[in-house]
Amino acid sequence: MGELSVSHLLGIKYLQKSDIDLIFETADHFKEVINRPIKKVPSLRDITIANLFFENSTRTRLSFELAEKRLSADVVNFSAASSSVKKGETLVDTVNNILSMKVDMVVMRHPNPGAGVFLSKHVNASIINAGDGAHEHPTQALLDSYSIRERLGDVAGKKVVIVGDILHSRVALSNIFALNKLGAKVKVCGPLTLIPKHIESLGVTVEPNLEKALNWCDVANMLRVQNERMEVSYFPSTREYRQQFGVNKQLLNSLDKEIVIMHPGPINRGVEITSDVADSKQAIILDQVENGVAIRMAVIYLLASKIKQ
Amino acid sequence: MNHKVLLTAKEVNIILHRLACQLIENHKDFSKTVLIGIQPRGIFLADRLIKILEEEYKIPNIQKGNLDITFYRDDFRRGEKILEANKTDIDFVVEDKNVVFIDDVLYTGRSIRAALTAIQSFGRPTNIELLTLIDRRFSRHLPIQPNYRGRQVDAINNEKVKVSWLENEGEDAVYVINT
Repeated sequence: MGELSVSHLLGIKYLQKSDIDLIFETADHFKEVINRPIKKVPSLRDITIANLFFENSTRTRLSFELAEKRLSADVVNFSAASSSVKKGETLVDTVNNILSMKVDMVVMRHPNPGAGVFLSKHVNASIINAGDGAHEHPTQALLDSYSIRERLGDVAGKKVVIVGDILHSRVALSNIFALNKLGAKVKVCGPLTLIPKHIESLGVTVEPNLEKALNWCDVANMLRVQNERMEVSYFPSTREYRQQFGVNKQLLNSLDKEIVIMHPGPINRGVEITSDVADSKQAIILDQVENGVAIRMAVIYLLASKIKQ
Repeated sequence: MNHKVLLTAKEVNIILHRLACQLIENHKDFSKTVLIGIQPRGIFLADRLIKILEEEYKIPNIQKGNLDITFYRDDFRRGEKILEANKTDIDFVVEDKNVVFIDDVLYTGRSIRAALTAIQSFGRPTNIELLTLIDRRFSRHLPIQPNYRGRQVDAINNEKVKVSWLENEGEDAVYVINT
């Protein structure tokens, strides 16, 4: 075991494979910790972490907060809706004000791509990107790959298809980077209007037919249709999307193998997957949520160990 | 580097049998006792003692766990060295049990301080004892003493006490290494 090559987690793009392996190894230990009768270790009792959420989130914010508390860090929460950001304060000013109160680490979700990178250049704290616009969501990709490793033994050589709104999805981009670094084969599948041009340059192939994609893959990661990020119509109707790209039990049963179904949440039940699929044994959606806490504990712990006293 | 043999394989074997007998004196059939090996090096000693207790003294079903103390240490972010975690393996609660911590060398006592905190995550034991193969006298930073000790040594601070195990290093022996 060594240390991370980075002092911020801004995106999977900036990580090396050895960093991801180290995070997974550390998460194994924390997964054991969070299943103990007392789920808390005192490692980070002298670290203060600010969670800055400039965009709505339930799962990610709760997961980060739990991870921080399980490590005994002090936590302050901030959401843009009830803050001075509304009064016109800039991002750097907001964060520097918070850091003046002696905060060591910042977990930030922001609607603008690159907000984390920008912040890391201007403030003196460890930054964790909890989602920046349509750019990256590194901890989600880490927990997705970790869940694949847990279910299938390894990520290398596995075939993963990412289905849905690739264009607006930071989860898709981070997953592509992570899976490529770990040696998986990746396809993307969805309406061609929601697949970015030149996506092949990231080392993935496009498969517009869902049935073919599912027959090829070991794992299908079903993304949510992000209606809130769409200013124009990318497909004729939700009903048509469901018919072309929704996964139901009948479709899964028609495959000649049992594939693993993943979903980063929140699920639009009946759109990208039906309820019987979401609740089936093939789905590891709730394992993903549990692993999310262990992965975030590992990331926070490893980054905190690089903060000098 | 200068090696000095402190204990040979034969001496280690005699001491292990004595320690096993001392444990039997206090814990009888071990029905209310759990043995906890402290990661990374205490687990070899724990395994060896259990082997003697089970095979030579016919005590069945001794409960045993491995405890990693990395996340409970008091030197996180204080040294150049990155702390390396090991596996914790305790699939029972220690509520109302007699816990015996087992480690190879007792030096500053800080690992045992961390272990005392860590074990609380698995319940409230009735009592906790400490068994150690080597007790380095005069080097404690904390008021911690073993209940069972193999051999007491006076080693100065730049000396290192290294315990080798047959199953890991290919021989049973204890060395004092002058660095």
